[in-house]
Amino acid sequence: MILETIWFFIWGLLWAIFFMTDGFDFGVGTLYPFLGKSEDDKRAMINSIGPFWDGNEVWLITAGGVTFAAFPKVYAVMFSTLYAPLMLILFALILRGVAFEFRGQIDSPGWKRIWDLCIFIGSFMPAFLFGVVFANIFRGIPFDGQGVYHGNLLMLLNPYGVLGGLLFLLLFLLHGANWLGMKTDGDLNIRVAAVADKIWIALVPTAVLFLIATWFATDLYANYLANPVFFLIILCSVLSIFVVKFYLVKKDYFSAWCASATTIVTCTFFGIAGLFPRMFPSIIDPQYTLTAFNSSSSPLTLKIMLGVVVVFIPIVIAYQMWTYRLFQGKLTEEEMEY
Amino acid sequence: MDPVFLSRLQFAAATMFHFLFVPLTLGLSIIIAYMETRYARTGDKLYLQMTKFWGKIFLINFAVGVVTGITLEFQFGTNWSRYSEFVGDVFGSLLAIEASLAFFLESTFIGIWIFGWKKLSAKAHAAVMWMVAIAGNFSAIWILTANGFMQHPVGYTIRNGRAEMTNFFELLFNKFSILQILHVLPAACILAAFFVMGISAWHLLRKQHIEFFQRSFRIALVFGLAASILTGLTGDLHGTHVAEVQPAKLAAMEAHWETQANAPLILFAIPDEKAGKNIVEFGAIPGLLSFLGYHDFSATVRGINDFPEDERPPVLIPFVSFRVMVGLGTLFIFLTLYGWFRRNKLMESPLYLKIMLFSIPLPYIAIELGWVLAEVGRQPWIVYGLMKTSDAASPVAGYQVLISLVAFIAIYGLLGAVAFYLMAKHAIKGPAVEKP
Repeated sequence: MILETIWFFIWGLLWAIFFMTDGFDFGVGTLYPFLGKSEDDKRAMINSIGPFWDGNEVWLITAGGVTFAAFPKVYAVMFSTLYAPLMLILFALILRGVAFEFRGQIDSPGWKRIWDLCIFIGSFMPAFLFGVVFANIFRGIPFDGQGVYHGNLLMLLNPYGVLGGLLFLLLFLLHGANWLGMKTDGDLNIRVAAVADKIWIALVPTAVLFLIATWFATDLYANYLANPVFFLIILCSVLSIFVVKFYLVKKDYFSAWCASATTIVTCTFFGIAGLFPRMFPSIIDPQYTLTAFNSSSSPLTLKIMLGVVVVFIPIVIAYQMWTYRLFQGKLTEEEMEY
Repeated sequence: MDPVFLSRLQFAAATMFHFLFVPLTLGLSIIIAYMETRYARTGDKLYLQMTKFWGKIFLINFAVGVVTGITLEFQFGTNWSRYSEFVGDVFGSLLAIEASLAFFLESTFIGIWIFGWKKLSAKAHAAVMWMVAIAGNFSAIWILTANGFMQHPVGYTIRNGRAEMTNFFELLFNKFSILQILHVLPAACILAAFFVMGISAWHLLRKQHIEFFQRSFRIALVFGLAASILTGLTGDLHGTHVAEVQPAKLAAMEAHWETQANAPLILFAIPDEKAGKNIVEFGAIPGLLSFLGYHDFSATVRGINDFPEDERPPVLIPFVSFRVMVGLGTLFIFLTLYGWFRRNKLMESPLYLKIMLFSIPLPYIAIELGWVLAEVGRQPWIVYGLMKTSDAASPVAGYQVLISLVAFIAIYGLLGAVAFYLMAKHAIKGPAVEKP
């Protein structure tokens, strides 16, 4: 019981770290065509996330891998029922990944435009689709006892799903704007500041609406009513959104970025705490729902993997933080070349 | 539309495409790390130029390798959910460990290497490249260990209707995996070495950047010679082990139909899978198959017809793949050995340089066929002796798999074309001339 519970929260934590890290580069990539007026602007935006995006994306691989290792049944049913959106996310990530590398290889506007488009789509689609997918998981997915999906891609785009997608998108956009505020200066920085304000104004009502809609569309709040202490998560989340605004006004983008990181992590845990112990609820019949207790690996595997995660994830965090320190601050002239 | 067949096609396409880029990443990262270390040690600017020139080609290749790798981790869930559920307890752990131990290291440090030229000292920057090289190869080791479980499952028991891990170390030190690792990693080094030698030969034939490319050629040559010999040796060991634990694969790759002692090795044959015999065969060397499989000329080798009909692998594909792979592997040993004796007279050996230029694709063919042999030869099993491939696919609609398969082929085809075009463009352009 305890082992499965620990693993459930590690599972949630890995998703939260993935959204927190890859989230800002998704945000930057989505803002990219709108804020990148000149070639210099574009170069600055790409190079601001250049050293990080690849390492950030591995958190997705790790979240997926850990689902496979610790909850094989969840991995199997989740990934096969969500076949279509996952494939879209994968194709988006593939195009985005090569775009960063290919774009600068040939000096022609047409060539660059193709990869600019790939950077945009490759950042926008995962940001939106992860939101859609997670909102639908909160709501429940139509699958039966055999793990067969009874639905299609469009069914995921129900109002609550789309709202979840919008929420994720706005969170990542704000997170990305804070990052750009921290890394850029001059004219681009002024435009970033203006857009960050607009995103914030759109985010607040979306977040409130999502919290209300969750009451009607899901039963996440059952856990909250049973353990009122969980409401602290929502409180932190809402507070951190206002802290972002506070630092945006002060033009302290590093603190604003830390605050938006907190928002993303607490938002993820808002869902995780509400789901517990469910990992992949079925909307057809609750008896098909996959939980941390009916889908986990054997105790031996859980113990071995716990050892691996407890030792190595802190090491990963340590060297990734070293990378962030190494490339901290505004982009300098010499970081502009590639 | 049969989702199993389509999923197999999709997995084959995604894996083989991924594997077009991975071996070069594995081998070239080591070569570049060596070059950069030489620069950091000696301060010789030519080594720095070499690092940057090969590094640029490396990065194009690396990008495609990384993004296509993400797909593979997810395909087990999307297309092979029955399999994932059945073996996740064992197999999933290896993939998760690969991500947290190796992939993180590789992806984080490659970012530092690309953007950290001015932030780090020459020595530290070279050390970062070593991290990339080690992490990449380490990552391959975990993946091959996972594949080793599919080939020869150990360290598990069947409990609660699935395979559950009983002994992690048995899984880790699976003899099959270790032999595969010792065979595949040097094979990747051969590919990288021939890649560097081939491109160097192109410039040497044109008598440009002579010092630069002679030095590159020689580094790759030493590397390629050692790797070619090692790959051959471990290939033999690996083959003997396959004979022991996967007798059906051995029979298929040798088109050996009837069980017999003192079994001959057939050099050439046209197998007929329906009739259960070879239509044409010649070049039978008596006893050699027994010897290669069991190191004993009189050993009995089981034939394909001796296996239950629903446990027989296809014969033609493994048979041809094996022959071409071994033939090419032997050629690589000869080519690098010959090069070793001509290493100080490269400029006077235009024919050899020309051969090396046109040899660039050969290790690609050999290494892909090696995988085809390993995977097709294992059929009809997805986990040898434990689970059939036909029972392993996800219960998803055939049309979904068809759409994604078509999209994979279109996008991968395009990416592959662009990547190889860009690599060729940089290779032909040659190293940047030192700015005054």
